[in-house]
Amino acid sequence: MNKTPLFHLSMRNEITKQYAWMVRICSFLFAILLGAVIFICLGNNPLEAYGIILSGSLGKASGIRQTVKYAVPLLGTALALAPCFRMRYWNIGAEGQITAGAMAATFFALNCKTMPQLPLLLVMAVAAAIFGGIWAAIPALFKAKWGTNETLFTLMMNYIIIGVVKWLQGGPWEGKPGSQIIPNFVDNAILPKVGGVYCGWIVVLVLVVLMFIYMNYSKHGYEIAVIGNSVNTARYVGMNVGRIFVRTAFLSGAICGVVGYMVASGAHMTLYSDVAAGVGFTAITVAWLAQLNPFVMVIISVLMGILEKGASSLQTKLAIPASISDIIVGIFLFSMLAGEFFIRFKISFRGNKKEAAA
Amino acid sequence: MNFWIPLLFNAVLTGAPLMFGTLGEILTEKSGNMNLGVEGMMYMGGAFGLGAAYYYEKIAGESANAIAGLLIAVFFAFLAGAIGALIFSFLTISLRANQNVTGLALSIFGTGVGQFAGEFMRVREGGYIAVGAQMKAIFQNSPFPAVLLNIPVIGKLIFGYNIFVYLGVIIAVIMSYLFNKTRVGLNLRSVGESPATADAAGISVTRYRYLATVIGGGISAVGGMIYIMTIAGCVWNHEGLSGEGWLAVALVIFCLWRPLNAIWGSAMFGALMILYLRLSIPFIPNQIYKILPYLVTVIVLIITSLRNKKEDQPPAALGLPYFREER
Repeated sequence: MNKTPLFHLSMRNEITKQYAWMVRICSFLFAILLGAVIFICLGNNPLEAYGIILSGSLGKASGIRQTVKYAVPLLGTALALAPCFRMRYWNIGAEGQITAGAMAATFFALNCKTMPQLPLLLVMAVAAAIFGGIWAAIPALFKAKWGTNETLFTLMMNYIIIGVVKWLQGGPWEGKPGSQIIPNFVDNAILPKVGGVYCGWIVVLVLVVLMFIYMNYSKHGYEIAVIGNSVNTARYVGMNVGRIFVRTAFLSGAICGVVGYMVASGAHMTLYSDVAAGVGFTAITVAWLAQLNPFVMVIISVLMGILEKGASSLQTKLAIPASISDIIVGIFLFSMLAGEFFIRFKISFRGNKKEAAA
Repeated sequence: MNFWIPLLFNAVLTGAPLMFGTLGEILTEKSGNMNLGVEGMMYMGGAFGLGAAYYYEKIAGESANAIAGLLIAVFFAFLAGAIGALIFSFLTISLRANQNVTGLALSIFGTGVGQFAGEFMRVREGGYIAVGAQMKAIFQNSPFPAVLLNIPVIGKLIFGYNIFVYLGVIIAVIMSYLFNKTRVGLNLRSVGESPATADAAGISVTRYRYLATVIGGGISAVGGMIYIMTIAGCVWNHEGLSGEGWLAVALVIFCLWRPLNAIWGSAMFGALMILYLRLSIPFIPNQIYKILPYLVTVIVLIITSLRNKKEDQPPAALGLPYFREER
């Protein structure tokens, strides 16, 4: 009996960029193929369905605007999460930090109606950043002091702040009594539009470059990378690991907060409890799939935007429920995650022993 | 008594879906896998459980047997969750993908599938999916004879729940016994605490993780089905179902990964969820009640990390992939 297992896994020592990208493109094509199978199962022509997704999201100017509108918060949040994840600090609380930022911004939008536009927008942004940052820093503080599990803590923080906004929505900040809706912002509190979409897209694109520099060419970025590789090494060389945890979490939360402010002020012009709409969770997968590379995040979040907008066109044109977008996004994520395996590991089969030995 | 008994009774009913969601996730996490896809699996379980019961009744017509319908609904809900968990297991155990990211992807995918199936059925069947009264009764009524129910005070409080509450308690007891008194349970825990040690002792880390995650996912998904069939009244209600899965993840922490705690823990979370309907304390608005379960969980999380007692901690290898050759 042959006791050698059928195949043997080993880590790849060096990964060429070419190979990695080839694998990623293959997994992407695989996801498209799986999606096509689903469309066939639903009795639709997959080519037609994909055509509608593309033409709906990129065909017309209005479609492109919608796509960008979906992609902006996703990209901003993915960027925010990158330093945390590089440090292997699992901030699952982006959803809550977005909501917290939007809430702080709304406070000023509702209470400083007479302020001129520019100062008001700046005050809102600063408030959003601070409150989002604090919301993220609380779990980090506990992690730093007592090692409290940050994944679970940040997750819980999401629902606490969303609950608070629900209360504000039906209580102190309610517009018409009984409406459960916060009144629309005054014009001065609304972000101006550039190219038909609120100016948040410029902000996040600038942020892409800044985050790239921060992660790769700054002292902070270096510290984060060291902690990510080995907390003990970081301690040994004298870094104050706890402080870096809190600092990075604050930065991450602050950016999420600003994203929340931009969504509330630019896209919805008001605040409601579902302001984050799952972006905080989807962004985690975006950041991870991009290997925390800010430029790749741009591509992936635009792709998600295309899927999201395309799915709503599918609903109007083919009467397929729009929740198909979540299914397709899920399949896309699964297959990209599976692809990473082939980048990191090498499979040697029983037959070619020479290679396994070498 | 007029206040406490109905509150307790309804708390247990409200907590029943959570109890299943939590028990499934405890089983999963004991193996060192943190599956954040509970929300997605519960959606899938809810939609497929309802769909199975509905189509069974439609196809069987007059000869539909309510008990068979119940079994079919449980089976399909379990199957849906198990398939979701299988995707998760394949990606995280075999392909060593990151568990947090994969779990969130499963949440997105699962809510998508559940919602899609729910809407799809609704559109196809002309707007309304509902099962017959007889079928509804078997899901929602107590399985015990009226004699027991009529015992004053405790009759309803002990025997008055739907069958799933009792099933959940049985599962919790079995799981507790499994973890603490059997070799299989010991092996499972060792896989979750220190997979390298377990591997060295000849325990198949892969097999234990796969089995625990898939069965756990199935149990969680049944929780989603219970929500739809009891609390939502046998109609698809994605609004109501949303958040149940995350609450179940919270409850796992609250229970300190112990199945028996899930029995009273789910009733307590259930009470916190419905308290606002029955007790209005001045100055505390309704919506604030609803964040209480999460607040309580955060407090428990903080206290356990402060006390740093070994037996109260999450499984040591929770969330970490295992690759034998990596040190």
